[in-house]
Amino acid sequence: MTEGRRLAVVGAGAVGGSVVDLAAAYGHTVVAFADSTSAVVDTEGIDADAAVERKAAEGHVGNADSEDALHADYDVLVEATPTTLGDAEPGFSHLRTALERDRHVVLANKGPVAERYGDVRELERDSDGAVRFEATVGGAIPIISTVEDLDPSHVTAARGVLNGTANFILSRMAAEGIDYEHVLAEAQDLGVAEADPTFDVEGTDAALKCVILANVLAAGDQEFTLDDADVGGITNVPGSALELAAEDGRTIRLVGEATRDGIRVGPRLVPQNAALAVTGTRNIVQLETAHAGQLNLSGRGAGGEATASAVLGDVGRLG
Amino acid sequence: MYAYGCTPTTASRRRETGPQRRRIAPDIGPWDPVGRDPTVTSTLGSDADREDSRAADEGPGSDSSPQPHTSRLELADEPGELLAALKPISENGGNLLSIFHERGNVTPRGRIPVEVDVEATPGRFETIVAALRDAGVNVVQAGAEQYAEELVVVLVGDIVGADLSDTLRRMEACPSASVADVSVNAPAGRGESSSARLRLATRAGGGSEALETVRDLAAEKGLHVVEPLAGGGV
Repeated sequence: MTEGRRLAVVGAGAVGGSVVDLAAAYGHTVVAFADSTSAVVDTEGIDADAAVERKAAEGHVGNADSEDALHADYDVLVEATPTTLGDAEPGFSHLRTALERDRHVVLANKGPVAERYGDVRELERDSDGAVRFEATVGGAIPIISTVEDLDPSHVTAARGVLNGTANFILSRMAAEGIDYEHVLAEAQDLGVAEADPTFDVEGTDAALKCVILANVLAAGDQEFTLDDADVGGITNVPGSALELAAEDGRTIRLVGEATRDGIRVGPRLVPQNAALAVTGTRNIVQLETAHAGQLNLSGRGAGGEATASAVLGDVGRLG
Repeated sequence: MYAYGCTPTTASRRRETGPQRRRIAPDIGPWDPVGRDPTVTSTLGSDADREDSRAADEGPGSDSSPQPHTSRLELADEPGELLAALKPISENGGNLLSIFHERGNVTPRGRIPVEVDVEATPGRFETIVAALRDAGVNVVQAGAEQYAEELVVVLVGDIVGADLSDTLRRMEACPSASVADVSVNAPAGRGESSSARLRLATRAGGGSEALETVRDLAAEKGLHVVEPLAGGGV
């Protein structure tokens, strides 16, 4: 384990809350914790349990202004606010503030690296701080760091199942022969799908992850945003299509593909016994490499603790 | 759910062996795979020794070794037509691997499409095609390993309303692909759109052209295409 760091955690959803919960177990101290309206700051380390309980009971994490967290005395800013498209705000400004203060940034928020990758890298060049974003792609699965280990120039393509909600729906539809609306309602009851599942079932979330992967593969030679992605979702996939696929030993999965040439997300036919045909909320990424063949990385693609483990892994990788 | 057009066992013709590969329509001519005309039967089955010696005669290298060729013939629907079409193959040293007759399928010109797989050296195959044409047989397509790859897609949407027959006819017109079989799943009263699975036999390297054709047709007809993964994804 590396030396303990002082963390400021911005964003108090499942991921931000879990980072605050787990930081001590990784040897780190949370000195600031903010949601969209409030913050708690303590250079000696905040009372994590009290802050998380206060958020649950009263809807805010503390009595300080949320801006105070950005200016607290931290080593690493953990940006875990909700992903936004376009200008990626307010996440991007949070990142800028930290980098301009020469602090490190660890992102769980996909927006800045999916929509403004070039801007992020430019700010990083001018800063003593570094930016890491393992948690933005595939939750707990170490994908970005694996690509870095292989060297992006030796990875020719990445493809995978990167949205647990869509995969849960497709695999339930195929296994039980029930239609989309029923499975969606079931997924919402289980908390697997949001009340508004658009982001997941229309392929946007998977596409953002593929855009990030394409940016990593391109290594600065070109920049991709969501606008560059060819995106399709699963709402048009009826049970009858899954039945026809199954008769033929295949199934349908929402597969995202990222190369230096672009990004494509859509429902695709895959053999039922293929590595890509993961079931339930599981994610998988398949890397095509120049010298190491095909690598399959599979695991939990979402969830507070799983994603927080990726965030804290990034904190440990900071130089 | 029902199979459309071709016989349900159509896909089996792509497999390597088995007696079903020699299925033949009784209404197309007096041909019997185990006898009757010694000229024809001599070309059936393994005849590797003879082919090998001929390959050696024509010199070394893969260009002159026997390889499978798929030819698409169109025959008049009259007794004896198939036999007449097979004679030029045997007489010119082709090794007949299989014959596939699309039962009940008739071309717009009222002819019966027949696919024959022939093993021969490229030079010998050209002679066979020329002899077939000399004999008045309509050779629509002829090529080495013409349908070497398989492409499976699922179309989703108002399959029936979008005129499935027209879709298949136009797929069949695509020079790089042949529709091997089709299954339609249109659950009535379930309030959801229907689906069709197309298995296309494509020429080596012709998969992307075939896929383009499927995409264009689907876009025109307001259907969605669930494509297979390319690039080695499994």
